[in-house]
Amino acid sequence: MSMSFYVPPEQQMKDRADYARRNIARGRPVVVLEYDGGIAFAAENPSRALHKISEIYDRIAFAAVGKYNEFENLRMGGIRYADLRGYSYDRTDVTARGLANVYAQTLGSVFTQEAKPFEVEIVVAEVGSASGTDQIFRLSYDGSVVEEKGFVAMGGQAEQITTGLQEGWQPGMSLSDALSLAVAQLGRDPSGGNARTLDPTQLEVAILDRLRPRRAFRRLAGPLLERLLTPDDPTTDVPHTDEARPGLHDTLTGESSPTQAGGSGSGGSGGDDGTGDTADPQPEEGPA
Amino acid sequence: MASDATGTVTVCTGTGGTPDRVTPVTDAGIDPRGVGRLPAAFLTPGLPSFIDFLATHAEHLLPGRRPLPAGLVPELPHATTIVAAGFDGGVVMAGDRRATAGNLIAHREMEKVFPADDYSCVGIAGAAGVAVELVRLFQVDLEHYEKIEGALLSLDGKANRLATMIRNNLGLAMQGLTVVPLFAGYDLDREIGRIFSYDVAGGRYEEQQHHSIGSGSLFARGSLKKRWREGLTADEAVRVVVEALSDAADDDSATGGPDSDRQIYPLVATVTADGYRQLPDEDVAAAVQATQGKPGGDPR
Repeated sequence: MSMSFYVPPEQQMKDRADYARRNIARGRPVVVLEYDGGIAFAAENPSRALHKISEIYDRIAFAAVGKYNEFENLRMGGIRYADLRGYSYDRTDVTARGLANVYAQTLGSVFTQEAKPFEVEIVVAEVGSASGTDQIFRLSYDGSVVEEKGFVAMGGQAEQITTGLQEGWQPGMSLSDALSLAVAQLGRDPSGGNARTLDPTQLEVAILDRLRPRRAFRRLAGPLLERLLTPDDPTTDVPHTDEARPGLHDTLTGESSPTQAGGSGSGGSGGDDGTGDTADPQPEEGPA
Repeated sequence: MASDATGTVTVCTGTGGTPDRVTPVTDAGIDPRGVGRLPAAFLTPGLPSFIDFLATHAEHLLPGRRPLPAGLVPELPHATTIVAAGFDGGVVMAGDRRATAGNLIAHREMEKVFPADDYSCVGIAGAAGVAVELVRLFQVDLEHYEKIEGALLSLDGKANRLATMIRNNLGLAMQGLTVVPLFAGYDLDREIGRIFSYDVAGGRYEEQQHHSIGSGSLFARGSLKKRWREGLTADEAVRVVVEALSDAADDDSATGGPDSDRQIYPLVATVTADGYRQLPDEDVAAAVQATQGKPGGDPR
């Protein structure tokens, strides 16, 4: 018989929690916060290919910190869950709450049953039809879920950043104010020294834009992001129609459309939003 | 196939009726054994296709994988004529709005041209129920790939994907539930519009210039051959496909012509470098107006 020391369950859980928490705190932070036109996500991430923020469904996005392979797995599972649900029922029946529930169950059972807990912390956010109806769920490595109001910070220095956001964030902020606040917090020095100024190329920024007809998720980069982060620039919001630039629609850079209107939505005709309501074929009724 | 109260799907063999396999799945995607966590299939890396995922996890949602009951297929609504034509900088696709069940009109306002994604569209002819299901599946599959991989499929990749879907539907086709799509899109690499046609066995054929499928396609093709020319503008191409549809409706009872009394016009969509765009009814009505009074076409 092998000899094994008795470890009380409290200690076992505490060890696992400490292990996960320590590794999560080592990574760079991600900030998620509401603004007047939707929900903004910001992270320090120089990589253009390995994302911490991603689209899950029409109105739902995902942000994560921790171990890349683990949260990438969860992201994929979430997309499959959402697409399956939307395909079986209807696109409007996919909700962040449902997704947060399965993530919570998954993280919770991995935490108690597997050899090692997932070293991740994730946010599932859904943009609503009006401000005040947005939902932000934060999920921890052990499967606990918290519905956050307004803003949330995860990863390294999350507590300091949360304090900073508590002081600076208020409901109905413009996108440029919200992003400037988030980026200032991301640049904080953990040991209390001078804050770094983060360059747009070091950032991964995305939004869930309330005014878009179907898929609300867009990444922000290039000159558009730069303008949003410049305090004196009149740009306060992003255009609500896509740039005429062949390729993946998901990134707005402000490079190809010289007339970037701030706030007022660039006066786009909206005629090109052909993927709106018509995207989903309605099942035909049989003959009466 | 039967569904019991817990959502467990039992696949029965055609003859004996004894379950040969029991797969616990639900349409909601939750593991029904009470744990509630995402089943392993959800977290398996390396599957960018939604259809492949369904094949491993929820096979009953795929039209080609469902066992068919014995007997004859009843009279079902059928979608009819689709035309597509290339023009300078893109493609245009148009479909009439009629669905027929035998000699009856099943539906007057059916939409048969759909955006597959931002840069392609698909039109359908054949058994309407299965066709619409296939299009929905195709749309989700393309978007799924886009989200998982963070990249767009090439136009050839999309066309091949659709071919595989039609091929998997062969069993249904042999029972009379035939679906034949017409696929068109803008090739972002080559910067041209391209058209692909299919046969029931999943054969994929790239069409040059223009094509038409469905019961009225014979007449539409004749019209396209005479009216289409190289270097059309988008507006001219819209006019050409609307005329082709009018010709088809003229001679094929299953194809619906433009119905100005009910304000029902063909569904016309263009795909260019700017993406998919469905034409508003007013524009189609204007194109229809221009052809009216000249059922034999504009003598030129």
